[in-house]
Amino acid sequence: MSETLTIAMPKGRIFEEAADLLKKAGYELPVEIEKSRKLILTEELTGFRIILAKPMDVPTYVEHGVADLGIAGKDVLLEEKRDVYEVLDLGISVCRLAVATLPDLKPDPVMPKIATKYPHVASRFFREQGEQVEIITLNGSIELAPLIGLADRIVDIVSTGRTLKENGLVETEKLADITSRLIINPVSYRLKKNKIDAMIKSLSAVVEGNAYAMDRKR
Amino acid sequence: MTTPFMFEKPLGLRDTLPAVQSILNKIKQECHTEVEKWGYDFMATPALEYDDTVGRVSAITNNQLFKLLDRQGHTVVLRPDMTAPIARVAASGLKEHPLPLRLAYTAALFRAQQNEGGRPSEFEQIGAELIGDVTPYGDAEMIGLMVKLLKLSGLENISIAVGHIGFVDALLKDVAPDQDCVNKLKNFLYEKNDVGFKEYTSSLKLSKDNRKRLLTFVESRRCDNQETLAAIQELLPQPYGQKVYQDATELLRLLKVYGVSDMIDLDVTLVSHLSYYTGFVFEGYGGNGGFAVCSGGRYDELLAKFDRPAPATGFGIRLDRLMEAVGFVSKESYSTKTAVIFSPEHYAEAYYTATKMRSEGEAVVLQEQTGIADLKTYTKGFDRVLFYTENSKS
Repeated sequence: MSETLTIAMPKGRIFEEAADLLKKAGYELPVEIEKSRKLILTEELTGFRIILAKPMDVPTYVEHGVADLGIAGKDVLLEEKRDVYEVLDLGISVCRLAVATLPDLKPDPVMPKIATKYPHVASRFFREQGEQVEIITLNGSIELAPLIGLADRIVDIVSTGRTLKENGLVETEKLADITSRLIINPVSYRLKKNKIDAMIKSLSAVVEGNAYAMDRKR
Repeated sequence: MTTPFMFEKPLGLRDTLPAVQSILNKIKQECHTEVEKWGYDFMATPALEYDDTVGRVSAITNNQLFKLLDRQGHTVVLRPDMTAPIARVAASGLKEHPLPLRLAYTAALFRAQQNEGGRPSEFEQIGAELIGDVTPYGDAEMIGLMVKLLKLSGLENISIAVGHIGFVDALLKDVAPDQDCVNKLKNFLYEKNDVGFKEYTSSLKLSKDNRKRLLTFVESRRCDNQETLAAIQELLPQPYGQKVYQDATELLRLLKVYGVSDMIDLDVTLVSHLSYYTGFVFEGYGGNGGFAVCSGGRYDELLAKFDRPAPATGFGIRLDRLMEAVGFVSKESYSTKTAVIFSPEHYAEAYYTATKMRSEGEAVVLQEQTGIADLKTYTKGFDRVLFYTENSKS
């Protein structure tokens, strides 16, 4: 039976690194993919289909089974808590989830406010710390919040720290290290086991060959 | 809260319209008949149970339970599964009944949903419980019957993952330094987080050998059944591990007799619930849905909580997910119906005709003609229309 594998790939920043990894693992992507505005691309030769999705939505597509597998950041997985297999740390798009604030800012003594794109992760973190805070959900430009007095701290992903620096913010605490993960729908995993296992195997080989991923394991 | 719209239902609850219900009934009927043929007795239990009894032991986490107070102030729950209520009955109302007991049910279950409002909070499940049989023959019967029902309903491409919770517990306990680690590792398996499992394993202070055992274990999902059997034998050399190895070998042999062994994917990393399961557990998939359609397993310690210790195993099939996986649209929908439309003078005549047809097994609607708003659109829904009216007679 020739079954098609559908892969949900994140648009934007992570896409290139992920595509590169797939290429190295022997999965040739359609050439037009980067230039095209199409959201679904079928590669006849290798028998798989690619969906381009917003990074935050990748786990949703995979959980519902419309994509058999996907590439998603750990930050999104922590936030969304979807019922999917997380089988492989791809070691790409390395960054961290961190708390940042203005260096001289005194936290609001009554109810400290935290601005974030990750309300569940942030609220879980501060609950575990025993700190009571108010979580304010934003969809982007989180760094703005402390500058204009909307919140006294933020929880966001930090890669180089440049955005923080340019906005005069300092990182105070790390919540988690973040990389992209290979995720799989539990049903697809059972029904298309051979193809998926082969893909995990070849991707593992590429990841292990990646010196950076090796270092991270220490 | 704002006032609901008149057509609104509480979050997660849904109506089933006739077109879908008729297909659902057909599947249910077929399954019901088959389960009875295997000698299982159907029974029912109340929708509300005490939180302190059934709520406490259920496989469903506390925050997914619908809880209410009864008139005496006791906390009651809408039943989140049927296994616990049936265990309660087996230990009370059927206490004198000799084991093994074979019981079955179709029932609506209630689980509050956390994520999206659209997910069903109430769904119907058909299931069977075999109480008192400790052997792999019992486990094989459950899987065999479950597959039979899936096939009857027209599900294609069936696959059953089979794991063993007892093995997981024993292995983790043997390797991990304390219970806290065991729980964490098991939780990673439950969350299907292989990456987390491996990272946590590397962070633990373990002997080289034990670390390798954990990694081999979590990688064993990619093995075929024979390799998995070998892994079971190798990973846990203690008597319990060897017992699981023998039971698993036996189970696979029995499932071959049932003719379903090519659907079985032995996977000891499967942890579908964090609850009362103790032995073999399984989950069934197929068709074109994204979710498992059924699950089950052995729960040898649950009955003891109701003071009648006995081994037991069972399964449940979620009918909503089954319908989705089968793709109900492709199945034949509306049953055939005849309309007998009459005018008042011909009522007796029309009534006798309808009665005669009904006694012959046909579905007949008897309708007075002036009650019909638009004859043309109304009669479209019928296979056949008979007129007992002035016009048609003259």
